Amino acid sequence: MSIEVCHITKTFGRFVALRDVSLTVDTGELVALLGPSGSGKTTLLRVIAGLEQPDPGSGPIRFHDEDVANCPVADRRVGFVFQHYGLFRHMTVRENVAFGLRVRPRRLRPARAEIRQRVTALLRLVQLDFLADRYPHQLSGGQRQRVALARALALEPRILLLDEPFGALDAKVRQELRAWLRRLHDELCVTTVFVTHDQEEALELADRVVIMNEGRIEQIGSPDEVFHCPRTEFVMDFIGQVNRFHGRLENGKLYFATLAVDAPQWTDMPPRTASVFIRPHQLEVELARNGQPALPATVEHIHSAGVRVRLDLVADCGQRLYAELSHERFGQLGLSKGSRVFLSPRDVKVFPAPSTSP
Amino acid sequence: MSITAARESKSSRVRTAPRRQRLVVTEPGWMRLLLIGVAVSVVGLLLVVPLAAVFYKAFSLGTGVYWRAISDRETIAAVALTVKTAAIAVPASTLFGLCAAWALGKFQFSGKSLLTTLIDLPFSVSPVIAGLIFVLLLGKNSWLGGQLEAAGIKVIFATPGIVLATMFVVAPLVARELIPLMQSQGNDEEEAALVLGASGWQTFWRVTLPNIKWGLLYGVILCNARAMGEFGAVAVVSGRIRGQTNTLPLHVECLYGGSPESVVGAFAVASLLALLGLVTLAAKRLLEWKAGQTAV
Repeated sequence: MSIEVCHITKTFGRFVALRDVSLTVDTGELVALLGPSGSGKTTLLRVIAGLEQPDPGSGPIRFHDEDVANCPVADRRVGFVFQHYGLFRHMTVRENVAFGLRVRPRRLRPARAEIRQRVTALLRLVQLDFLADRYPHQLSGGQRQRVALARALALEPRILLLDEPFGALDAKVRQELRAWLRRLHDELCVTTVFVTHDQEEALELADRVVIMNEGRIEQIGSPDEVFHCPRTEFVMDFIGQVNRFHGRLENGKLYFATLAVDAPQWTDMPPRTASVFIRPHQLEVELARNGQPALPATVEHIHSAGVRVRLDLVADCGQRLYAELSHERFGQLGLSKGSRVFLSPRDVKVFPAPSTSP
Repeated sequence: MSITAARESKSSRVRTAPRRQRLVVTEPGWMRLLLIGVAVSVVGLLLVVPLAAVFYKAFSLGTGVYWRAISDRETIAAVALTVKTAAIAVPASTLFGLCAAWALGKFQFSGKSLLTTLIDLPFSVSPVIAGLIFVLLLGKNSWLGGQLEAAGIKVIFATPGIVLATMFVVAPLVARELIPLMQSQGNDEEEAALVLGASGWQTFWRVTLPNIKWGLLYGVILCNARAMGEFGAVAVVSGRIRGQTNTLPLHVECLYGGSPESVVGAFAVASLLALLGLVTLAAKRLLEWKAGQTAV
C-alpha cells in the first residue's frame, strides 16, 4: 500500500507546522521522517494517520490511489505507535492487543477464540507471550514499545506509522529494537513511516530518509545520498558532524579561514560569500606542511574511547575544529594535548549564498 | 497525646525512609512537638469534641427518645426529601462534571480559562446568596416565576427549588476532582483507541471511564455529602414547611428551636448527618487506598 500526500499545509494558531509538503512512499518501503524538534515531522505523521486535519486548500492524501483525506481515522486502517506508547493502563497486555479486534462491530468481529489465537500469535511475534497477563506499568520501556507495536499490528494495517519509536529507551535497548524492527518490517512487508530526531537511527534503519526543517522537506533520498550528497546547507549541517566556515568565492577560488583553494566549477560566478563545510574525517592531520593548503592548529582535547579517535582543535585563526582519524594513524602521529598540527581538507562542500552580496 | 503522636511520626518516618529522600532540613525536637501538638489539639477541640457532643446529647434522654426522634413522621419526610434531592442533584452534577472535565482536559478552545474560573463560582459565592438568586429569578414576583406559576409549576418553596439550589452548590465538586486528573492523563490513550477503530462512545466507556473511575467516585461521594448537608442555599428557597419542604439540616434547626425534648431530637437527627459524614470519610479513605493500589 503506497502513501501519497500532496501540498499539505497545517497551522496551529499562528504556528505553521507544515508548509506545502508533498511526499510519496512506495509500497513496502521503510521511510524515516528526520528533523529537529518543531520541524513538522510528527505533524506530518499524524496527518497521514488522520489524527490531524490538514488546512483547507491542502491537496489529497492517497493510500494506494484512494483519497482518504476525508476518511475518519478509524476507517483508515493504519497502525500507529505513539511516542509514549499510549497503552491502556487498566488493561493487561493481552487486552491491549485485543482491543482493536474487540471494538469492531459484531458482524466484523472475529470469534472470541480466534481473537485469543491471533493475540497470542502477535505476542509471540514480538516475543512477549510470557507477559500476556501483566499490566503496562509492570513492563520495561522496551517491552511496552513492543506491546504497542503488537497492538498496532493486530488490525493487519495497510500502513504502519511510528512516532519516535525508540525515543524513550536507553541506548542498548534502542540498538536491539532497531535491528528487530528492520527484520520485522522485511518479514511483514508493510509500508512503514517512522519519525525520529536521531539521525543515526534514520540512516541505519530506513530505505529512504525525508529530512524536514521548519515545516518543509529539505531533501528526500537514500541514507547514502543524504549523507554524501546533501542538497542544502541545512542537510549538510544536520546530518553528521561538520566543521563550518564562512568563506568567499572569487574568480574560481574559494577563500576560507586562512586558506585559498581552487574552485574551478564556480569560475563564472560573480564574487559572493559562501558557506563551507568539511566533515571531521575529511581533514587530514599532519605534523608538518606537505605542500597542500593546510590550517595550523593546536590539539585541545583527545577522545580516544571509540572506533575512531576524535580531536578537538583550535586553529590559529581562532576557529574551533573537529577532526577524526583511525587509532592506527593516531598512533603514528604520536599526538598529545597541546600538539601542533596542520590540517589539510580532502573534500570541501560549498554552498554559495544566493545573492551577490559583496 | 502529643507524645504518642510524636513517637508515631518517628516510627512512620523510619518506615518510609528508604523510599523518601532524606530530609535535609530537620526541625529541632521541640519544634516538631509544638507543631504536632497544635495540629492535634485544633483537630481535637474543633472536630472530635463537637462530634462526640452530638452523639452524647442525642442519647442523653435514652435510646427511646432517640428512636422516637428519628422515626418521627416529619423526620422521615425530611430524610425522604434529602435523599430525593441528592438523587437528582448528584447525578446531574456528575454529568456536568464529566462534560466540563472532558472539555477542559482534552480540548483547546478560547475562553478555556474563563470557564475554569466560572466553574468555581459556587465555591466563592455565599450559599445564601445562591438561594436568593433563585428566589429572585424564579420567585412569584419574577417574570420567569410568573410564567412557571401560570403553567402550574411551583419552583420556589417547593422541591424543584431545593434541587436547583443544591445543584448550584455542588456543581463544581465532581468537575474539580476530574479536571486535573484528565489533564494529567492527556489524550494518548483516547487517540490510540480511535486509531484502533473504536467509536467515540466505545472510547469513553472502555478507555476514559476506567481511567477516571476512582476520581469520579471520590467526587461523587464528596458531592453527595455536600448535597445532603447543604443548609444556606436550601434554607432560602425551601420555605421550611415541616414535613414538606424541610431537608435534614433544616429539620435539625426547626427541632432545635423547640422544647427540651425537641432539642434532643435535633441532636438525634444531627447524629444522622454526622454519621453520613463519617461514612463519607471512610469511603473516601477506602477509595484513596484503592486508587493508590491501582496507580502506577
